[in-house]
Amino acid sequence: MRTFSIGGIHPPGYKLSAGKPIQRAALPKQSVVLLNQQIGALAVPVVTKGDEVKTGQLIAKSGGIVSANIHAPVSGKISKIDLIPDTGGYKHKAIFIDVVDDVWVDTIDRSDVLIKDCNLDATAIVAKIAEAGVVGMGGAAFPTQVKLKPPHGKKADVLIVNAVECEPYLTSDHQLMMEKGEEILVGTTILMKAIQAKRGVIGIENNKPDAIAHLKRLSAQYPGIEIIPLKVQYPQGGEKQLIEATIGRQVPSGAFPIEVGAIVQNVATVFAVYEAVQKNKPLFERIITVTGKSVSRPGNYLTRIGTPLSDLMNEAGGLPEDAAKVIGGGPMMGKALVNLSVPVTKGCSGLLVLTGKETLRKEIKNCIRCTKCVRACPMGLEPYLLMTLIEHEEWGKLEKERIMDCIECGCCTYSCPSARPLLDYLKIGKSKVGEVIRTRKK
Amino acid sequence: MNLTLVAILFLGAIGLFFAIILYLAARRFKVFEDACIDDIEDALPGANCGGCGFTGCRNFAEECVRSKQFEKLLCPVGGLETMVKVAAILGKETIPADPTIAVLRCNGTCSHRPKTSIFDGAISCAVASATYSGDTDCSFGCLGLTDCVNACKFDALVMNPETGLPEVVEDKCTSCGACVKACPKNLFEIHKKGHESGRIYVACMNKDKGAVAKKACEAACIGCGKCEKVCESNAITITNNLAYIDANACNLCRKCVEICPSGAIMEVVMK
Repeated sequence: MRTFSIGGIHPPGYKLSAGKPIQRAALPKQSVVLLNQQIGALAVPVVTKGDEVKTGQLIAKSGGIVSANIHAPVSGKISKIDLIPDTGGYKHKAIFIDVVDDVWVDTIDRSDVLIKDCNLDATAIVAKIAEAGVVGMGGAAFPTQVKLKPPHGKKADVLIVNAVECEPYLTSDHQLMMEKGEEILVGTTILMKAIQAKRGVIGIENNKPDAIAHLKRLSAQYPGIEIIPLKVQYPQGGEKQLIEATIGRQVPSGAFPIEVGAIVQNVATVFAVYEAVQKNKPLFERIITVTGKSVSRPGNYLTRIGTPLSDLMNEAGGLPEDAAKVIGGGPMMGKALVNLSVPVTKGCSGLLVLTGKETLRKEIKNCIRCTKCVRACPMGLEPYLLMTLIEHEEWGKLEKERIMDCIECGCCTYSCPSARPLLDYLKIGKSKVGEVIRTRKK
Repeated sequence: MNLTLVAILFLGAIGLFFAIILYLAARRFKVFEDACIDDIEDALPGANCGGCGFTGCRNFAEECVRSKQFEKLLCPVGGLETMVKVAAILGKETIPADPTIAVLRCNGTCSHRPKTSIFDGAISCAVASATYSGDTDCSFGCLGLTDCVNACKFDALVMNPETGLPEVVEDKCTSCGACVKACPKNLFEIHKKGHESGRIYVACMNKDKGAVAKKACEAACIGCGKCEKVCESNAITITNNLAYIDANACNLCRKCVEICPSGAIMEVVMK
């Protein structure tokens, strides 16, 4: 069975919410839509205080080339446009909507009927995706339409759908594949058409045999799509790792996947593309795994963007008493939340509650040069060396040691027997070296 | 002829030949260096801290000799005393510049600022501030993870375990600016020292609206504008809900200190 060749680790799966059917989360009383949902420029509000909006109506338009439209996730009245702390505690602009009923824009097709045929051409598909504000839903929230327009002279010959879900605990993609398999395949066909690729592959780790079997059975009717089971290994969901695992091509250091003729999209993004193109439905809700060993009702919840995480937590039985840390996303790459009043964003894939015992950090000791981090690094870097360089502020050497290749997967920190916070430092190094590179370009 | 004599003459000839080459090379590649540079370097503290803005003391000494605006140069570590010595070497006059000191623009002590979360990552302000806003509701305040203390080469910053904030040691701080660069929240400011009169500054960087700031920290500047109104010398400006005192315009009348409702304006009095 295929997988990527360099590094990688095997954290325990803990897929507690696997097989739990997708449940619709209740609407919040007030929805808070952050304008920095996506990577890139802030979206620009097109509504003002007091405006009435319907669910699915455009409320903020894309603020640049790399940016995305944002639509009202609920219907109601705009109460204010103000600052609110995001998951990191820093304040950002957001649109506050007081929820009244749930009136949808009438252009959205709300039926469950599968629409297979798509007569649009590539440009029209990309335009529709951009209009619907679809972003990468694996966590990075990179605007999808930008990825679909490769730079001049470059062409992708294969579309890779990332259905790996290699993060422990998370199950939202798994459940989506089980319930919306056919829609995902149609979405894949549409995306293949958008980039004019003949081949589409869906990479799934073999800890989800039911999803592999289900999609394999359905994919017989969809020419060009291949389902590839992959050996379980973290971080297989990393773009470069997935490309190597599925089609055996290695993306060179510093290059984008398009260099090797591949475009990668997350499976949830593919479903959002299907809804945007075939059902005229903008991206305003997503499936979020709410999980944790002490959570009473772990599950996969279809949640509107802008719902406070505390509401979502209540949906799953409330915040358990022994909760010590709540993480937005998975345990490996997710971020600990400062408070639970933060709203759901397009890139939020999970809500994980850890108990005090699970979050216990070992005492930080000296590096013993065991090179476990080197063996674990999927990008072939030497994290222990990079950390030392960062402590000495050797930005020039760091650049030569390819620190910008770091995908922040956390394998190094996970594998370190001295409990050194390698990734914490690597992130600092990346941002500093990035700054140096940007100043040089100017 | 005696073999010894041949050897002596031969070696002598080689010696003379190379001596001529060396003599010519020395004349051709002669570099003039002002002898003052060495003298000045000896007079400088030799900490190579870069606080003056040049790379090390040697570089600063060269600049002292080269510069046409000598009066603008200052070694913050050696202070006026050193600059007088340097000026004497150069035969120039030095204008006594106002001594400066680093001030921490945050008064969010443990009692003023309740903790709202716990950070268990690496003990580094840089790491913490890249991860999140801080363990209190104030996203502008001191993180207390000692990046500044580690950056200070003169032991002039000490963590106060009671307040959770670093404190500037009056006599040791040379205002080299290392802490200014080290603090990811930009909380340090190089401020006029004011030897006899002391100094007054706003010990807050919170740009949130008054109510939000006050909720996060009792000692936060709420941008109420009372100090701006009471100031006789127009030294206080308020931008983004935050007051700023211009040390050059301030006449240290202390009216702002008395009127400030949250106690965000700090006053350092000399004994």
